[in-house]
Amino acid sequence: MAGSSPASITSAAGTGVDLEVVERGSGAPLVVLHGASGPTPDAPFVDLLAQQNRVVVPSHPGFGRSSLPEWMDSVEDLVYVYLDLLEEYDDRAVTLVGVSLGGWVAAELAVRRPQWLGRLVLVDAVGIRVGGREDRDIADIWAVGTEELLRIGFHDPDKGRQYMSLEGKSKDQLEIVARNQESAVLFGWEPYLHNPKLRRRLDRIDVPTLVLWGASDRITHPDYGKAYAASIPGATFQLVEDAGHFPHIEQPHEFAAAVGRFADRRLPGPAGQAGGA
Amino acid sequence: MKAWHFSETAYPYLPDSEQYESIRVTLPNRYFDPVMGADLWDRYLEEWKIAEELGFGLMLNEHHSTATCMDPAAPIIAGILARETSTAPIMILGNPIANRGNPVRVAEEMALVDVVSRGRLVVGLVRGVPYEVSAANSKPVRMQERFWEAHDLIKKAWTSHDGPFNWQGDYFEHRQVNIWPRPYQTPHPPIWVTAMSPGSAREVADRDYVAATFLLGRDGAKMVFDSYRSRAAEQDRSVPNDRLAYAALVYTGETDEEGLAGLDKLMWYIKANKVPRQFSNPPGYLARPAAVATMRGEESPFAFSHLDAEQLIERGIAFAGSPDTVYEQIARFYDDVGGFGHILNMGQAGFLDHEDTVKGMRLFAEEVYPRLQGLSARAPARVA
Repeated sequence: MAGSSPASITSAAGTGVDLEVVERGSGAPLVVLHGASGPTPDAPFVDLLAQQNRVVVPSHPGFGRSSLPEWMDSVEDLVYVYLDLLEEYDDRAVTLVGVSLGGWVAAELAVRRPQWLGRLVLVDAVGIRVGGREDRDIADIWAVGTEELLRIGFHDPDKGRQYMSLEGKSKDQLEIVARNQESAVLFGWEPYLHNPKLRRRLDRIDVPTLVLWGASDRITHPDYGKAYAASIPGATFQLVEDAGHFPHIEQPHEFAAAVGRFADRRLPGPAGQAGGA
Repeated sequence: MKAWHFSETAYPYLPDSEQYESIRVTLPNRYFDPVMGADLWDRYLEEWKIAEELGFGLMLNEHHSTATCMDPAAPIIAGILARETSTAPIMILGNPIANRGNPVRVAEEMALVDVVSRGRLVVGLVRGVPYEVSAANSKPVRMQERFWEAHDLIKKAWTSHDGPFNWQGDYFEHRQVNIWPRPYQTPHPPIWVTAMSPGSAREVADRDYVAATFLLGRDGAKMVFDSYRSRAAEQDRSVPNDRLAYAALVYTGETDEEGLAGLDKLMWYIKANKVPRQFSNPPGYLARPAAVATMRGEESPFAFSHLDAEQLIERGIAFAGSPDTVYEQIARFYDDVGGFGHILNMGQAGFLDHEDTVKGMRLFAEEVYPRLQGLSARAPARVA
């Protein structure tokens, strides 16, 4: 995948999707799958990760400038796009980082045991069902107002306000914001941001896994993250202090340090596991 | 010109609006007193019976999780009206088919009411207002596509008489479709579809259905009707006025003052609609350019909740005053929009009580309605 900063458009073979992909840095590949609010290739955490890795940030179909074929309407569709896109990487070469909605996609990829997957990082991921039928595992982000969303999504709502701000955005940029919001609904409306079958499949994950969670996340509570980690063999659960649902945005240094340590092949793998190839 | 009596069957006995965040989706139903609700239903049904005597068509709709409309199941009320009345057409405007999980069930309900009413049913099909997606758990993206597929399935269910057919569409699967009973009317009840934009008007025009537009005012209604007419013209069809319908707040008093006092009460419908952004603008509901305009803080030129009575009348969103005044307002509107064939009178809302509601309906029926027949006989005075 010949990429260059800021963005290149790559065709995911066989799926008919043109993907917007940003690449930064060099070294072992680290692929970041973004959350429901869309790709953030210019956020500080990307450059921090790029100090150590070749960071690859694709925009999901329907997000950013990636195309969206009419037939696509599920996270499973995204999964097969990434299975095709990442197929060319060497065995166990890729550290896959999935944030929120991207974490769901990453977990779905991992249970399919793709040969290129070396390590997995799930960050405040959605995708599984933990509670009973009347529990809200995941706050209904489409039924709360902006202020409430900032309150439950961020440790510091002011940081969230800055991150979500539409101020100064061009018409084109707003068009992309609207498109991201639509696509999040398309893929996540029902079943709400999860696959009812995914949790019982998580024990198929056979790579070192880090589950990283904002300690103040009230969209997906840390207890949900702990349940996620407990369902994945050998996974490590780690909190990021002073961060909500977006630790990569609120605490980019702590986030990048945690991911970087985990991704570093020179260090032994977590929880006594051997590192990737 | 055909006039219809429309009530949203509101439950207006609410606490001060400061005490709740939204009249839709989240308003707790502890505020609904079942006895008062039952009394209101007696009254609203009675008003439709009076409407029939006065020569109106009967129009009803449905909404969900809201005090603005106590009817979350219009087919049930239509079934009641099928027995409570005997001659008037009964129109549901409409069935929110982009939010109904099973279109075959909608086809069955409509066929049943059509049979019980001996062919008096008019079936309106609507996409549903944005606040309904939460109440229905219905995905706000690709609704238009879902709407038309549901429509296609309903129409095929009504018109297939030789046993089951198979349906495996993008949004609905139903492998043995064979409804009993079939509709009373052949080939099926008349179909109306709401059209609130030029784009949706074209789609309705393509199918030669009645396009109904609500509270858009003269500029908005003209835009929609012109789009319908030009689409039909592209297909070498002329558009009789009975293909076009317009809904407005209507109150006719003996004097202008009385008419305006009635309008003031009808305006509850507009002023009580307190809905926060997350419900009024769910992602994907608005077309992309409109969504972007909303993000930029641009107000729709057709927004009306901030208007006073005079402005509502000036824009053609309300017709109110003495019979002469109401006639003149409607005649002017008729000319401005290039003619239309159905007026949907929102003649009851909020705290407009039974006596005043009936008085307004009666004055309209006796003093205004007959004169509207002259309107349809003449060509509109100004056609763009």
